[in-house]
Amino acid sequence: MRKVAVVGIGMTKFGELWDYNLRDIFTMAAIEAMDDTGCTTKDIEAFYVGSMSAGRFVGQEHIGALLADYTGLKHVPATRVEGACASGGIALREAYFAIKAGEYDVVMVGGIEKMSDLPTTEEVTTTLGAAADQEWETFMGLTFPGAYALIAKAHMNRYGTTREQLASVAVKNHKNGKNNPKAQFRREITVEQVLASSVVADPLTLLDCSPVSDGGAVAIVASEDVARKFTDTPVWITGSGQAGDTIALHDRKDLTTLPAAKFASERAYSAANIGPKDVGFAEVHDCFTIAEIVATEDLGFFPAGEGGKAAEDGLTEVDGQIPVNPSGGLKSKGHPVGATGVAQVVSVVEQLRGEAEKRQVNAPNIGLTHNIGGSGATCVVHIFSR
Amino acid sequence: MGHLESVPLFWRRMKALYTLTGVECSNCGEKYFPPRLICPECSGKEMKDFKFKGKGKVVSYSIIEVPPQGLEYQTPYGLAIVELDEGPRVTGQVVGCTLEEIKAGMRVEATLRKIIAINKAGVIQYGFKFRPEGYPVFNTEVT
Repeated sequence: MRKVAVVGIGMTKFGELWDYNLRDIFTMAAIEAMDDTGCTTKDIEAFYVGSMSAGRFVGQEHIGALLADYTGLKHVPATRVEGACASGGIALREAYFAIKAGEYDVVMVGGIEKMSDLPTTEEVTTTLGAAADQEWETFMGLTFPGAYALIAKAHMNRYGTTREQLASVAVKNHKNGKNNPKAQFRREITVEQVLASSVVADPLTLLDCSPVSDGGAVAIVASEDVARKFTDTPVWITGSGQAGDTIALHDRKDLTTLPAAKFASERAYSAANIGPKDVGFAEVHDCFTIAEIVATEDLGFFPAGEGGKAAEDGLTEVDGQIPVNPSGGLKSKGHPVGATGVAQVVSVVEQLRGEAEKRQVNAPNIGLTHNIGGSGATCVVHIFSR
Repeated sequence: MGHLESVPLFWRRMKALYTLTGVECSNCGEKYFPPRLICPECSGKEMKDFKFKGKGKVVSYSIIEVPPQGLEYQTPYGLAIVELDEGPRVTGQVVGCTLEEIKAGMRVEATLRKIIAINKAGVIQYGFKFRPEGYPVFNTEVT
């Protein structure tokens, strides 16, 4: 079947975007992507957008139609896909399939979330909690930081992962995000500051957690038949894998791993005909610091239990053995949940084009995105190459 | 959020929430809590009620400082994944001890408690929480 490439990228600044509403945020990212591609709305044949909960964050559903309308994609089939925080990654996968199958040549993929309009932290916490089992986890008092705190405790208990190792992930991602003009937090932090910040869900503190963010990201993908009409530097999607798991964290026997990430990455590696050692850098789903440590183990970069030490030893720094989240990750760049999966693609494409400026990893050939929904009930992994 | 105040949403779960009644697969014997209609292990579709004793051990836990809506006045609270002696795991709050006393591996037993007290519909939603096993319910010695 035909190869599929990312030919254009666009992304808004992430953060508390008080001056812009959902449709503006999306449209700004879409315009940037079309300008980057050199295409117009007339070239776009279909549109997929990932959003976790526009209905609860801003009271707007049917956002495929809304965003297509305001982007000027007249009569284009517009579909919203949802897989909690993995919504953006799944949107890309849907476009990838549609092009591979020969149905379309040029598709717009978007991710969007406008989270800051909810008035209280408790309402944001409750809305994000809806990605867990509402009746049997959230009702009992589980929050999202709580779910990853349970994972962190289990990881610390079994492998001796330390509080400082968790903090080192946040420190590294802030260091990277400082160099990302679109990141929500562009300042460095220290291990001591992470440990001293207020507790959200023991052992996780505020600086272990990704923030509440607004933002949009867009990738324009095209078939190999037309890709070079739009760009001299297509970035090929060489592998796509998705896997699921139980909705409730408690239904999994081992809390120190997210099996969906293992299955999704195995499928993506197999499709791309590579292994973990061939990956030059990765953008992984660090919604909480422990999530990045578990991700680097599930993806096969480090053996189980050694992700914490690897982070602390600097192996995941921009100039390390396997750079992880050179963009700043969700922690520093921001985490508008539905946008994150597509924002990861934007970061990978910048790297593979050699346009990542101060964040640039040394001559990467292969990049990977790892996008998680909920506490690991959905995972989607993509592999990209020049 | 409106869904937290829906009476039927809560009412239809009362049996499971109050009595820890789940199901057992008639075909392969696997037990589940909460109830489900098809067995993920063997695809069996005959599930019969199974009442769990409510005793088990803490697998992992956290102290929640930033709560969801409805639990603002209970923070901080202990929250754990508990493995019931019959096999299934459930999520629940740990009460009846100090937060410092909660440990992985500790034995606990289910107890009927108020889960959410603040609710515009006026319904107090009860359910199970966990307390240390052998928690003294009544002190019969009058001094």
